[in-house]
Amino acid sequence: MLRYAFKRLLGAIPTLLVLITLAFFMIRVAPGGPFDTEKSLPPEIEANLNAAYHLDEPLIQQYGRYMLSILQGDFGPSFQYKDFSVNELIGSGFSVSLTIGGSALLLALLVGSTLGIIAALRQNQATDYTVMTIAMTGISIPNFVIAPLLILLFAVTLGWLPAGGWDGDGISKLILPVVSLSLPYIAYISRLMRSSMIETLRSNYIRTARAKGVAEHVIILRHALKPAFMPVLSFLGPAAAAIITGSVVIEKIFGIPGLGRYFVQGALNRDYTLVMGVVVFYGILIIVFNFLVDLLYGALDPKVRYD
Amino acid sequence: MKKMSKARLFAAALLVCAAGAASAIELAAEQILHKGNGAEPQTLDPHKAEGVPSSNILRDLYEGLTSEAPNGDIIPGGASRWEISSDGRVYTFHLRETARWSNGDPVVAEDYVFGLRRSADPATLSKYSQILSSIQNAEAVVAGKLPPEELGVKALDKYTVEITLKAPTPYFLGLLNHSSTYPLHRKSVEQFGEKFSRPGNLVGNGAYMLKDWVVQSHIHLVKNPYYWDADNAVLTEVYYHATEDQSSELKRFRAGELHWTNEVPLAQVKWIRENMPDEFQVSTYLGVYYYGFNLTQPPFKDNLNLRRALTMAIQREIIVDKVTRLGEQPAYSWVPSGVYNYQTQVPEWASWPWEKRLEEARRLYKLAGYGEDNPLRIELRYNTSENHKKIAVAIAAMLKQNLGVRVNLINEEWKVFLETRKQKRITQLFRAGWIGDYNDANTFSELMYSTHGINDPGYNNPQYDALLDAAAVEGDFDRRREILEEAERLLLEDQPIMPIYFYVSKKMVSHRIDGFEPNIMDHHYSKNFRLLAE
Repeated sequence: MLRYAFKRLLGAIPTLLVLITLAFFMIRVAPGGPFDTEKSLPPEIEANLNAAYHLDEPLIQQYGRYMLSILQGDFGPSFQYKDFSVNELIGSGFSVSLTIGGSALLLALLVGSTLGIIAALRQNQATDYTVMTIAMTGISIPNFVIAPLLILLFAVTLGWLPAGGWDGDGISKLILPVVSLSLPYIAYISRLMRSSMIETLRSNYIRTARAKGVAEHVIILRHALKPAFMPVLSFLGPAAAAIITGSVVIEKIFGIPGLGRYFVQGALNRDYTLVMGVVVFYGILIIVFNFLVDLLYGALDPKVRYD
Repeated sequence: MKKMSKARLFAAALLVCAAGAASAIELAAEQILHKGNGAEPQTLDPHKAEGVPSSNILRDLYEGLTSEAPNGDIIPGGASRWEISSDGRVYTFHLRETARWSNGDPVVAEDYVFGLRRSADPATLSKYSQILSSIQNAEAVVAGKLPPEELGVKALDKYTVEITLKAPTPYFLGLLNHSSTYPLHRKSVEQFGEKFSRPGNLVGNGAYMLKDWVVQSHIHLVKNPYYWDADNAVLTEVYYHATEDQSSELKRFRAGELHWTNEVPLAQVKWIRENMPDEFQVSTYLGVYYYGFNLTQPPFKDNLNLRRALTMAIQREIIVDKVTRLGEQPAYSWVPSGVYNYQTQVPEWASWPWEKRLEEARRLYKLAGYGEDNPLRIELRYNTSENHKKIAVAIAAMLKQNLGVRVNLINEEWKVFLETRKQKRITQLFRAGWIGDYNDANTFSELMYSTHGINDPGYNNPQYDALLDAAAVEGDFDRRREILEEAERLLLEDQPIMPIYFYVSKKMVSHRIDGFEPNIMDHHYSKNFRLLAE
């Protein structure tokens, strides 16, 4: 087990290297630079700016410099947000995204699996159709439609919850973004859970258990739930990495200072260091989460063994 | 008679006071203002700041030698008075001896000298140092050819600053409330270095001071108790919220979370006009939306008739009435109307009846060598945006309908677009816009100077350059105005640009805000506002 873990982590290093290298050169291929604005700069100032951020060096030398600083855990200064370093921006953005994303994922997991199980048990009955219709709607109506509608209803009309922002204490500011963010995940998880639960309930060992007269709730919770959960689990790895690194749409609509917006804005502003920082951070998270899911697989599924 | 009027005045004043006391407005118990401020500000270092979001906040945090009244007039700021030498080149500013930094230190002449030198110093990496170019030696200092100490600024004594200019500059006092001329508290800048502009470190001389900064969320200011005019600043706290999404910003305004929005979503203007007209504020803004012709490549190179034909064949009224719909002013000229001490030059054809204009446009189009069987095919480039697209579609349709021009619309992402425009290789007709940096015609005129960095049409007329050079050293302000007006007439004759409309600023301002006045620069100071009770 330990050897497996070690090997997996070692194997992640070349993946990360390729990722960093590709991202580094790709953002540089995009036309325009971080200091291009509608205003023109005096040539001396432009030269000074380039020198200060080492943009005057040959690209390969900049690449080397960047790699060295990443190794020391330093993502460099942001070109756009001049008062902060990329490490600080990612740090503050990630804590917010983790709060929102983590809560949304937990909510999605609880509600989604429950709905999925109920639908599976009432297969092809009215309850099943209702749950699945809601789930399909949840998947097909995008966030940027649902979220403004929720704001309009709960903030503007009813005045129960804040319409957005990240100032002030209390969890009221969390509710609308978390619910909006979790809706598509609830839908997805409930569908996954339903189909895998139906399949599991048809397997021989469940039939055996039923023949032996085991109570239905024991069958579901003790015997069927664990194997039926496997597809959801493999979905959870990348989903967790995606959801806790922030959603551009939700952050923009609710004015939340999360990580998601930095990626898009960094790219638009040619904020090279910020884009790179977010890419590397996101890459590491995906690798870590996939790794965790694999380990959990081993723990849950006796057919999977690592040696 | 004179006595009489004085007595009357006194009586009138008494009456006003009495009336004021009787209908005394009721202030809200909590004087905390929440403003939507658009994009996240890039920095709160006044000398590195660029863009409107930063400037809005810096206006509360710092104070220049001069300041602005709610209506935009230049008024004393950090300096209570000043003298200007007879040749218009030497300004002597007398500072308020009661002015204090937010840590209690007195604001002294050396602070202004330090600030201006730092702003011009190329090591500061200021992108706005051109604002200082009217100060003696500024250009050489910015270029690194002279040390910052050679800048034409000195402290005559503890409370007197003397600034020497290269040439008389009528708009100079207006530049002194631009963030790149703000003073800085030397000790804290030297102590904290790059991090001096963070909460806890930032020492300002404005009416408010920095309490908290959550990037991408909000910046929280509280009243500076040491500010010289603190007694008259009623708001105790001001929040600047980053509001990138205009629809969400409007919802937050409707939910009562914001008292002020940075923008309004165009798609909802009709709804706003019908449902909350009292809080919808639209006013003239110092900016022009225009299309540029690339003069260095065919088909517009050396083809005045074609440029003129296209410029005449656009019905600007339709664009502002049906597309932009905010009460923008159709533009036929380059310098917006409303600029201080300047008469905007309008070409004669602008007042012709439409039929006559169209006939002339068609005649010129034919003269340029195009017609029904040989239509002009051009590319129109704009940066990706829903509004730019709508305008481009309208203009393409007008050109097709009125002249038969086939227009191919191309949109590019902002940074790509800037680069294509600058290179002048593949552009033909392209979108552009300009918001003036200060209230003077020069902020527009200079853009079309042959060597200016944003002269993307590639306009190069030595006569135009000569006029601008002459205006730059002209001491007589009326004469200078005439020269600049002549330059604009020449520019419109040469038609390197197709003006479309003059901008308006638009925002939602809560009826609870007292003290708001629209002004052409759209500069507002929180110290002038009060919140009324519900």
